[in-house]
Amino acid sequence: MAKLKRKKYVGLQKRKAVSGYLFISPFIIGFLVFMIKPLIQSLYMSFCEVTVGAGQFEQAWIGWKNYYFAFRQDASFPQLLTEGALNMFVYTLAIMVFSFFVALILNQKFHGRALVRAIFFLPVILSSGVMLGVETDNAVMDSMQAAIQASTSNVSITETIQVVLRTAGVGVRAFETVFEIIDNIYDVAIASGIQIIIFLSGLQTIPSSMYEAAQIEGCTAWESLWKITFPMISSIFLVNWFYTVVDYCMRSDSAIMKKIQGVMILQLNYGLTAAMSWIYFVVVLAFVGITSALISRGVYYYE
Amino acid sequence: MSKSKAAKMSWSEFRVRNKNSGGYLLRRKLMDVGVSFARFILLFGMCFMILQPILEKISVSLMSLDDVYNPVVISIPTRVITDNYVTAFGGMRYSQGFVNTLIISITVAIVQVAMCTLVGYGFARFEFPFKKFWFACVMVVILVPPQTISTSLFLHFRFFDILGIHKLLTGETINLRNSVLPYFLMSLGCTGLKNGLYIFLIRQFFRNIPGDLEEAAYVDGLGTFKTFVRIMLPEAKPIITSCFLFAFVWQWTDVFYTRMFLGGKIFLSTSLSGFADGIGSYLGNAMGLGAPIQLSPAQTNQLLSTAILLVIAPLIVLYLFAQRAFVESISSTGIKM
Repeated sequence: MAKLKRKKYVGLQKRKAVSGYLFISPFIIGFLVFMIKPLIQSLYMSFCEVTVGAGQFEQAWIGWKNYYFAFRQDASFPQLLTEGALNMFVYTLAIMVFSFFVALILNQKFHGRALVRAIFFLPVILSSGVMLGVETDNAVMDSMQAAIQASTSNVSITETIQVVLRTAGVGVRAFETVFEIIDNIYDVAIASGIQIIIFLSGLQTIPSSMYEAAQIEGCTAWESLWKITFPMISSIFLVNWFYTVVDYCMRSDSAIMKKIQGVMILQLNYGLTAAMSWIYFVVVLAFVGITSALISRGVYYYE
Repeated sequence: MSKSKAAKMSWSEFRVRNKNSGGYLLRRKLMDVGVSFARFILLFGMCFMILQPILEKISVSLMSLDDVYNPVVISIPTRVITDNYVTAFGGMRYSQGFVNTLIISITVAIVQVAMCTLVGYGFARFEFPFKKFWFACVMVVILVPPQTISTSLFLHFRFFDILGIHKLLTGETINLRNSVLPYFLMSLGCTGLKNGLYIFLIRQFFRNIPGDLEEAAYVDGLGTFKTFVRIMLPEAKPIITSCFLFAFVWQWTDVFYTRMFLGGKIFLSTSLSGFADGIGSYLGNAMGLGAPIQLSPAQTNQLLSTAILLVIAPLIVLYLFAQRAFVESISSTGIKM
């Protein structure tokens, strides 16, 4: 009798496993056909010279030449790559800080909170490249923006502050980065819509009794930020970091993406395109892996 | 409760209580006012920063060319005109693009969300061998930039064939570029635009639903698929709605996939990105000159702003009505890693 029961349980488990596979089968098929196959193909292509003729395309194995070309002979690629990686780090950090800060403010109670939240979320709906892409793509607009900047730069306050800070002479390179972020605060703000919401939902799960207890024990708001808020939402930090990095690399308006697309569409050099994409992909993967591993060491799980 | 009481407190009462508390009440009150004032300034500034480009586009699009060059006029036009809208409307063939974009966005969003819901449910509710491995594959889908595989996908669909059958029969491969089919196939396979993210969100949502309902259904003899359709699907309405909205909205503004797979037809996003270069020749043709008109930068800017507004206007209207569905579902999933 007992044996029968166990067998039946195994049967149910098996049935559930089968239906589980049935449920995810669209993904498996799609993943194999539209992700793995192209990935392998493009990896192969990156070692080939690809020529597209009428009705067929041919691949001729040329070894590491495409990679060699990308690093040693292409004028702008190595520079764009290092700049891209550096920018990725700086911007992800800036977006995290900004969205955390805004989430902290939005977590307080005040009139019009829903409206402010809606406005901060608006860029998620509208961005995805269209508005940004159009404005930067156009040469006419570029020249006009340059003209506007030239005519207004002598009245800006930030410029004066920059001059003052630069004369101090300490960490000029670091200051430059900070200035750049401040100049591009709009980009940071419109890239942090989802992160703000995720942080906000994390903040709202922290029981207020914790803060009350800390306050009674004589904890200041600053201390409870470090001792309660940060540990409690550290797992959210990881999610947000991951999302931000991925979101940032996917942006098709970054210089490196434009470069890759340019090689594909203008030069029709598919092998080199594949090589460059793979280099970029590996860099992104390494970046995500290393930073996530570092952050996950500091994550604190309350449960 | 105590807050409303404090607000209604009369001045004399406030003074008495302030004295009793040794000046603490006044200090606290001033602090509160100061904090909320600073908060207001900060948030107002940031909201303005986000809205400013849109507001500026609205004002520029309603100006006549005289107003643009008039140094006195900054944001409010002296005379509101709609010529720019008429020109931009014709220049990007708006009505045709709108219909095409609407159809493709809705159908793609439906297919993608349906598939992602199935997969997300499978990941959330079933135990099967290699589950961790397949979920890692979802992460890979999220991580791989579409540009990495774009070249080979491009060639894949340019010289499309199923196991070489078609080539065997006719000696040629099928050119699926400029047809809608590849993109639908990709959507069916959950590898469309940001589909990994939808799977992730939907899985999170299903994981938070208690399992009792499901077990009760199994006990009553319902199969797994029927349980999913009749019991779990109605529970998951909020997340499905919001994933649908995201899929719709992102498809609406997407240029990358649209340009790659749907090159032949007119879509709003692609016609917008080629708008600045094409508008001159459109105006030239409209006036019967035969040659493109050279537009001044200011006028190009005006028309471009108008075109952008026309493209995003439906999205803004949608957002006004469905704001809750967009924002709250994300917080309701309780994302964790």
